[in-house]
Amino acid sequence: MPQITKPSRKAVRIEVAGEDALIIYLGDVIDKNISKTIAQLKNRLIEELSDCLVDLIPSYVSLLVIFDPLISDYYAVKQSIIKHLSSDFTEAKTNNNVIELPVYYSPESGPDLKLIAKTSGLSIDEVIKIHQEKTYQVFAIGFAPGFAFLGEVDARIATPRLATPRAKVPKGSVAIADQQTAIYPEQSPGGWNLIGLCPLPLFEPNAKPHIPYQVGDSVKFIGISKARFLTLGGQL
Amino acid sequence: MNNDSNAHFNVIDAGILCTYQDLGRFKQGNLGLTTGGPADKSAYLWANRLLKNPAKAPVLELSFGGLTLVANTFTTIAITGAKAPLTINGQTKEIWQSHRIKPDDEIKIGFASEGCRIYLGVADGFLVQQQFGSVSTVVREKVGGSNGLAISAGQLLAITKTEKQPLYCLKEHDIPSYTKPLTLKVVTGYQYSLFNSYEIAKFFANEYQISNQYDRMGYRLTGASIQSNITKMFSEGICKGAVQIPPDGQPIVLSNDRQTIGGYPKIGSVLSRDLDYLMQCSQGNKVNFEPISIHCAHNILHLAKAKYLKTQLLKVAM
Repeated sequence: MPQITKPSRKAVRIEVAGEDALIIYLGDVIDKNISKTIAQLKNRLIEELSDCLVDLIPSYVSLLVIFDPLISDYYAVKQSIIKHLSSDFTEAKTNNNVIELPVYYSPESGPDLKLIAKTSGLSIDEVIKIHQEKTYQVFAIGFAPGFAFLGEVDARIATPRLATPRAKVPKGSVAIADQQTAIYPEQSPGGWNLIGLCPLPLFEPNAKPHIPYQVGDSVKFIGISKARFLTLGGQL
Repeated sequence: MNNDSNAHFNVIDAGILCTYQDLGRFKQGNLGLTTGGPADKSAYLWANRLLKNPAKAPVLELSFGGLTLVANTFTTIAITGAKAPLTINGQTKEIWQSHRIKPDDEIKIGFASEGCRIYLGVADGFLVQQQFGSVSTVVREKVGGSNGLAISAGQLLAITKTEKQPLYCLKEHDIPSYTKPLTLKVVTGYQYSLFNSYEIAKFFANEYQISNQYDRMGYRLTGASIQSNITKMFSEGICKGAVQIPPDGQPIVLSNDRQTIGGYPKIGSVLSRDLDYLMQCSQGNKVNFEPISIHCAHNILHLAKAKYLKTQLLKVAM
């Protein structure tokens, strides 16, 4: 059971973001516990604000609360936030799902593996092994529907973004940018280093759940063979 | 047998960018989906109100113009937004007004001379499948409307056959003007307090011009460069109207199709009512910024709502 502590008063700030939005900052460093607190706070505010709630956008250290300013106002929304911030986060049930995702790692499916191996001084197999060793936290979802920012990648294989982004990154590409890792749910432009392909759909507009993870969940990558990748519906 | 089920408009020409829009997509930020919705919400609402439709009835949003439709049924349409020539079977018609349509009528909207977003509403709204609770099309996300795509020539747009409805128009002085000088009120917030006061003063004192990069996602402006000393920032949620200051110091006002999260410092967010007018601007138009508090913004919004409800439509004599 992960230790989830009450956010310290000092670190927490509530700022105006716009006419219909307040943003809550829960810290100033990336931290798994902050991420889990944000996920819990999000769930509580969904219930608390119900009618006036327009959207909630969790991210690394913040939660953006968008409300209808014709139904509620600054003071009421801020009061609701403060009420939940000062309550205890240890008792609440945490969503600590670990989602396992299969990945076909290879220079064929991950054209930047060679580059990462070269810059890190490791072999391609070591890079692949190190990427699978960690359980990553879902810190934020954005950029594109279902695109999850996962962290943190082992410093040995952390690699800066490509100088020139690719015009087309294939759907399902598993990638690294600095100490972050992610999977591209759809083909899109992108500047991250590609290391493999995940055969599973990660954003399904017409099925539920639409995406396999939420902010606060964890992701573990499991290496699979090319044959298994193709069996699972992967395409090269 | 329901002989109305085939009621539609045939798209002869879809113009530059024509999309289905309703009020937008909400509570989907956790999936990374943006809100979409009408770029000029005020003009959108009037299109539906002229038809006595519910506020959320799907309409067509046309950027710049160039739309030609042919009807196969009886219905009523209303056109609002940018000033563009409207003809029905070659006859010039007024915009900001509803019009009766009969089978084989050709509706043609030319290119906008003032403003750039035009709304075409139809009685009972366009019949289109929702995705994630909305029909609003966000082309970048491939979500909403017609399979996440803009509308193209040859498509049939399903509507409902309707009996003769009374026709309405707006009084001349209730029709917005898109050529007045534009001052965008900004609710100061986000990293506002971290900007140097000189940079803040510069931002509110100078005039900015719309660059050639402007779309439903956001408007990139050019003018006095604003510097922030904010070096380390984590990506965070972006609300509609947020004013980003990227490293080159040229502000970007984010709108309906914005990314849900981003890592540039923000000085605050443009008031929604003013954002409606900004979204009618195009390259070369000039704007100023003015700071306001969230409380002041709420007063403006409540007053505007009251005024909207009080505004009377005029019946058009047939």
